Amino acid sequence: MSSAKQKQPLSDGPDWSFELLGLYQTEIERVAKLYKLDTYPNQIEVITAEQMMDAYSSVGMPIGYNHWSYGKKFIQTEQNYKRGFMGLAYEIVINSNPCIAYLMEENTMTMQALVMAHACYGHNSFFKNNYLFRTWTDASSIIDYLVFAKQYLSHCEEKYGISEVEDMLDSCHALMNYGVDRYKRPQKISMDEEQKRQKDREAYLQSQVNQLWKTIPNKGDLSAEHEYRFPSEPQENILYFIEKNAPLLKPWQREVVRIVRKISQYFYPQKQTQVMNEGWATFWHYTILQHLYQENLVTDKFILEVLHNHTNVVFQPEYHSKYYSGINPYALGYAMFTDLRRICEHPTEEDKEWFPDIAGSDWLETLHFAMQNFKDESFISQYLSPKVIRDFHLFAITDDDKESTLEVAAIHNAEGYQQIRQTLSAQYNLSTIEPNIQVYSADITGDRSLTLRFIPNKRIPLADNFQQVLKHVHRLWGFNVQLEQQNEDGSVKLLGSCPV
Amino acid sequence: MAHFIDRRLNGKNKSAVNRQRFIRRYKQQIKQAVSDAISKRSVTDINNGEKVSIPGKDITEPFFHQGQGGHRERVHPGNDQFSPGDKIKRPQGGQGGGSGQGDASADGEGEDDFVFSISKDEYLDLLFEDLELPNLKKNQLDKLVQYKNVRAGFRSEGVPTNIDIVRSLQGSLARRVAMTAGKKRELHELEAKLALVEAEPVPDQHQLMALREQIELLVKRIGAVPFIDSFDLRFRNFQKRPEPTSKAVMFCLMDVSGSMDQATKDMAKRFYILLYMFLSRSYKNVEVVYIRHHTQAKEVDEQEFFYSQETGGTIVSSALKMMADIVKDRYDPAQWNIYAAQASDGDNWADDSPQCADLLAQQILPFVRYYAYIEITPRPHQSLWLEYEKLQQSFDNFAIQPIRQVADIYPVFRELFKKQAA
Repeated sequence: MSSAKQKQPLSDGPDWSFELLGLYQTEIERVAKLYKLDTYPNQIEVITAEQMMDAYSSVGMPIGYNHWSYGKKFIQTEQNYKRGFMGLAYEIVINSNPCIAYLMEENTMTMQALVMAHACYGHNSFFKNNYLFRTWTDASSIIDYLVFAKQYLSHCEEKYGISEVEDMLDSCHALMNYGVDRYKRPQKISMDEEQKRQKDREAYLQSQVNQLWKTIPNKGDLSAEHEYRFPSEPQENILYFIEKNAPLLKPWQREVVRIVRKISQYFYPQKQTQVMNEGWATFWHYTILQHLYQENLVTDKFILEVLHNHTNVVFQPEYHSKYYSGINPYALGYAMFTDLRRICEHPTEEDKEWFPDIAGSDWLETLHFAMQNFKDESFISQYLSPKVIRDFHLFAITDDDKESTLEVAAIHNAEGYQQIRQTLSAQYNLSTIEPNIQVYSADITGDRSLTLRFIPNKRIPLADNFQQVLKHVHRLWGFNVQLEQQNEDGSVKLLGSCPV
Repeated sequence: MAHFIDRRLNGKNKSAVNRQRFIRRYKQQIKQAVSDAISKRSVTDINNGEKVSIPGKDITEPFFHQGQGGHRERVHPGNDQFSPGDKIKRPQGGQGGGSGQGDASADGEGEDDFVFSISKDEYLDLLFEDLELPNLKKNQLDKLVQYKNVRAGFRSEGVPTNIDIVRSLQGSLARRVAMTAGKKRELHELEAKLALVEAEPVPDQHQLMALREQIELLVKRIGAVPFIDSFDLRFRNFQKRPEPTSKAVMFCLMDVSGSMDQATKDMAKRFYILLYMFLSRSYKNVEVVYIRHHTQAKEVDEQEFFYSQETGGTIVSSALKMMADIVKDRYDPAQWNIYAAQASDGDNWADDSPQCADLLAQQILPFVRYYAYIEITPRPHQSLWLEYEKLQQSFDNFAIQPIRQVADIYPVFRELFKKQAA
């Protein structure tokens, strides 16, 4: 420690240069190694505010295909930024190998260091090690795939016209949330293979589909046909079902469906790990920069600026504040990881009762284990401690439309901890947030109509814009589309159909 | 392990295509907004873009999401007063103060209009889409009056100021290589032979002499090839190319007699501004001549044209006469594209109207590209309009339109300049 005490600060003052960035990056990496953060190589790109807005509006894809909705997002971002309604995020980081992170030119040296610690070591190690990302996404091929998608779509635009492609994309985007396999695991293939397969797929798919619809039922089989349902089990991945089975799609249209589906799948883990991912990154930028401060590598000024920004990031407005818009994932995630470390290092009696297996264990190992093997839902139900519940003053509200009032179901007391934990965990369960809609049947022998079935969760109805979405499904399927609702008592009612 | 890339110099307009796509998709709505805006627009500002507002519901992207109702449980932070079992009145418009992750995004855009700015160019494109300057094609030929010097390759003779050094030296090098290559090859052969002879134990002096002499001769001849020759010189070549003239002049004629109030003048001004913007898209510089008149015409500047007060009767022919004179003096129709717009409330001294028609038919209409007359009045047409109406039948570069209120201006403008089906 004595030698560390004599170290000189890396820099003093707000200005950054590429040499300084390199210097800080080396130190941050050294400290990250001490904490066993295992990352993809970093590719750090310095960009301007305008470029940041570009990156924003392409929803985190470094190379996006062209679509009007991205233009809309860009215009919105630009407006808000110019009017001063919002600041830009300090960073954007992309789950790729090498891991691409953007630094904004306007940031001070301190902010650049914070962003590097946050994105290049926090998020990066999360992307590389969390089980969801490991199974669902292939960081090494995503950039290639996006390049392929962009080229393919612009090729289609040349061949079939911008409007045709735009219509397809509109329809696919409407179903983007239903383009995800929740249970099957994807295979990893490289860019070259992807291209080769794409050609084969086009020919093959088309022949398959034709076969499917050519089966003309003859009279003798009619009774057997009644028993036969297609698909034999309901399908949750609506886009996949459409890609494989929609009778009228042309080969290129199937490929477009596939592209949207693939990209949706790529972002699926990010939706499921918001709290963990941000909490983890925030925990590490705090820990790493504090470590540098202990070693005298950064100045008092530096650490004060870091703390100022850090507190802004983890600020949690209370339920009655006008700034309140739900629980801040940075705040919750950071609090949980910090508390996990405390439970390991300084366990109380309560901790020993709630977390007998980790109280007093090696904190670094425990944190890494937690980061690797959970998603928001399970992370909260496993690790949300009574202390965090107390610190946040969490309380659960039951809102039942059959009652005239809301009811406080639980608060931060001994009786309530367990229930709050469960309720909060369920709040991050995507299957309770997104309506459960599946392909129920496709009448392949009759009028070829497609039936989707909506199964409400706790009687929560579908928002009434579903008719709009049905139009998009109809465009993809090409024949009648119905949407049914299956109630708790098993009764089925028709919600809508297209054409009406 | 990390490497840094400086991307700041890369283009920032990565989203430009997407923005264009957006505008393309909502062209109808945006156009509607633009033409609504023109009537509200401040008349002095012609160099700005425009704020456009599209109904929010038109641009949402639909997706399945949860609606209101059902049984929900949510966790909120910051409990300051509640105990388990407390009943709370349902807050209006939303469930339990904020809706967390799940359903906020769906109604984030809400019913608000989507407001954004378009640039000046985009604005003008939309504003003047499907419009064209009438009678342009027909007159294209007689517009070829200006000449411009343009570069036209290289030539081998010219004046010293136009020498192109790089090309001249390239020529020199090529010539020297071409003229000496054969001799150099011969020289190398002789030198090799000489070396062989010299290496013999007893060199043949006679042969040596002969070889040395030949080598000397060759070296001299190689040296005699000049470094630069007049043959090498290349001169930049210029050509005179006829250019369609891009000069245009726009005459604004306005009645400022007592019957024209400020509101009417304002409408006229909006019309002039539209015309000016439209002309400046086709011509690099557009000059504007303001002529106002009551019983007498006067050439004035913009300020006086629009804002000074006058009273008295109206004799339109005075302004027309003045315009014809100015054209004769300063704007040779062979060099200038002449446009004119006349605004009036229709009042004229009755005996003067036939004279106006005469003047137009003989001295003005033959020379102008387009002459537009707008009558800003809610009242029935008077003699001037009737005379002009007759005139319209014999001249296709003459158009008249009535305007009743501000909102009419843009539609009337479009009517005047709409693309004629070929």
